[in-house]
Amino acid sequence: MSMKTRALILVSMAALLFTGCGRPGSGTDQNAADADTLSGEITVVGSTTVQPVAEVLAGAFEALHPGCIITVQGGGSSVGVTSAAQGTADIGSVSRDIAADEFQQYPGLVVYTIARDGIAVVSDPGISVDGLTLDQVRGIFSGEVSNWSSVGGPDMPIVVVSREEGSGTRGAFEELVLGDEVQITSGAILQSSNGAILTTVSGTPGSIGYLSFGYLDPSVKALSIDGTAPTPENAANGSYAAVRPLNLVTNGDPDGLARAWIDFIYSADGQAIVVEQGYLSVN
Amino acid sequence: MTRKGIIDEAMRVVLLCAGLASLSIVVLIGLFILRESLPAFHEIGVWNLLSGKEWRPGQGQFGLLPMIAGSGLVTLGAICLGLPLALCCGIFLAEIAPTWIRVVVRPSIELLAGIPSVVYGLFGLVVLVPAVRQIDYPGNAGFGLLSASIVLAVMILPTIASVSEVAIRSVPDEYRQGALALGSTRWEMIRRVVLPAARSGILSAVVLGLGRALGETIAMIMVIGNSVMMPTTMGGPLPGIFLSRARTLTGNIAVEMSYATGLHSSALFATGVVLFVLIMIVNSAARALMSRNVRGGRP
Repeated sequence: MSMKTRALILVSMAALLFTGCGRPGSGTDQNAADADTLSGEITVVGSTTVQPVAEVLAGAFEALHPGCIITVQGGGSSVGVTSAAQGTADIGSVSRDIAADEFQQYPGLVVYTIARDGIAVVSDPGISVDGLTLDQVRGIFSGEVSNWSSVGGPDMPIVVVSREEGSGTRGAFEELVLGDEVQITSGAILQSSNGAILTTVSGTPGSIGYLSFGYLDPSVKALSIDGTAPTPENAANGSYAAVRPLNLVTNGDPDGLARAWIDFIYSADGQAIVVEQGYLSVN
Repeated sequence: MTRKGIIDEAMRVVLLCAGLASLSIVVLIGLFILRESLPAFHEIGVWNLLSGKEWRPGQGQFGLLPMIAGSGLVTLGAICLGLPLALCCGIFLAEIAPTWIRVVVRPSIELLAGIPSVVYGLFGLVVLVPAVRQIDYPGNAGFGLLSASIVLAVMILPTIASVSEVAIRSVPDEYRQGALALGSTRWEMIRRVVLPAARSGILSAVVLGLGRALGETIAMIMVIGNSVMMPTTMGGPLPGIFLSRARTLTGNIAVEMSYATGLHSSALFATGVVLFVLIMIVNSAARALMSRNVRGGRP
C-alpha cells in the first residue's frame, strides 16, 4: 500500500512540474495572451538536408516561446511527405519538389518553401582542378570521362561518389545538372547522407561528388561549373543554376504551434537564420 | 487452490504468453514484409526481380541479382578469411591452451562479439579502406568486397570460434586416449580423430557464421561502396573481383528505405523477403547439422 501512495505522490509531483514548465512564464511579453496559447509539442520529420537548419530554427523558436517543444527528425524527403500526410508528424520536410503522384495520393498537402539550397560539385581537395564545364560534369558522372587528366587534372582515375536513388539531393542534381539523358554511372560509390558524402570525398583520393551548400566545408573543394563558383551570392543572382527549394509540408492548413513556427521561419529573424546556415532566403 | 498453487499457475500462464509472443512476433513480421512486398512481386515478377541485373528505381528497373551476388561474394570472402583463423582459435582453446591462457583468450573473443557493428564499420572505413587502396589495381578505390570481407571475417570470428570450441570439447575423451594409445602424436590425434568427430558441430558453426555474415548491414554499408553493379574483375585476373565495389541485400534496404515510395519501397520489402528466405535456409541448415551433432557426432 505504501508503495502505491509513494507512486501516486511521485506522479502528481511530476505532473505539477510539467504544468509548471508548460506555461510560458513571462508576463512582460507584449502579446502574453497569444503566448499563453502557444504551448505544446510538434514533430518535424523528413529530409536530412532540411534537418540541420530546421533544428536551429526550432531552437530559436523555443527560446522565444519557452512552453513549446519542436522535435526535428531525419528520415528522408519521402518519409517527410508520408509522415505529414498520414499524421505521424505535424510537419514534413522535403528537399525537392513534391511529386505529382504524391499530390494525387495526398490531396490535402500544403507546401511551404522556407529556403532555397544550391548543390555544389565537390572534389578531393588534392585535385588541381578548380572548375569544370557542364559537359565535363555530365561526362564524369556518367562514367564516360574516367581520368582527371582528360579535364586538365593529374593522371589519376576519377572516383564518382553519389547519393542513393530516391534522395532529394540526387534527384535535384540529376534534374538541374545532369539533365534527362545522363545517368549516374553504376560504378559510383553510393552514400546515404550528405555527411557521408563529405567524409568519403574528403578521404578518397581522386573522388568527386555533390553536396548541399549547407554542408560545404574546407575538407572538400567546391568546383565552379562553367566558370561560376557555387556561392550563395551566385545562386541568389541566378548565375549558378543548380538551386532547389527546401519545403515544409503539412496536411491541410496548419494551426496553433505549427502555424506559428512556419510564420516565424518566414519572418526576418527566421530567414536570417536560413542565410546564416548557408542556404538562400526565399524573400 | 493454495497460495503456492496460484503462483505456480500464474507463472505458467505468464511464461506461456512470453513464448507465444516471440512466436507471434516472427509470424507478424514475416506477414508484414510479405504483404508490403506483394505489389513488387506482382508488378515486377519474381523472376525479373531475382535475375534482373539493373537496379534503377527511377527508371522502373528492379533487378536484385547484383545485390545477391554482392551478398554472396562478401560472405564467401569472409568465410575464406575468417574460417581458418576461427577454427584454429577453437582448436587451440579446446585442445592445446593451458587454463591460464584460456581464461584470458576466451573472454577476449567474447568481447569481440560484443563490439557494436558500427564500430567495426568505422574501423574498416578509416583503417582498412585506405590500406586496401594501396593495392595497385585499375579501378580500385579501397571501398569494395575485400575491405568488406575483412571486416566481416573479424565479425564472424567469435561465433565460429566459440561454437567450434564447444563442438571439439564435446568429443569424448576416450577417442583421444584411444588415438594416443595407438601411438599417434597429438597433432595426428586432433587431425585424424578429434576434428572428424566434431565435424558436424564445426559445420554448424560455419553455417551460423554465414547467417551472421548475410545479415550484417551497417558495417557493410560503410566499406563496400554500395554501388549497384555486378562485381567484376575490371579486366584483371579473377581474384581482382574482390577489389570491385558491390552492394549487399541488407545494404540495399538500409541505403534506400528512407527515400523510397510506392513500388520502390515495395521492391525493398521484396529484398527483405529474399534475405529472409536466404537466412531461413541457412538457419535450418545449421539446426539440421546441430541435431545430427547431438545424436552421434561420430566420423
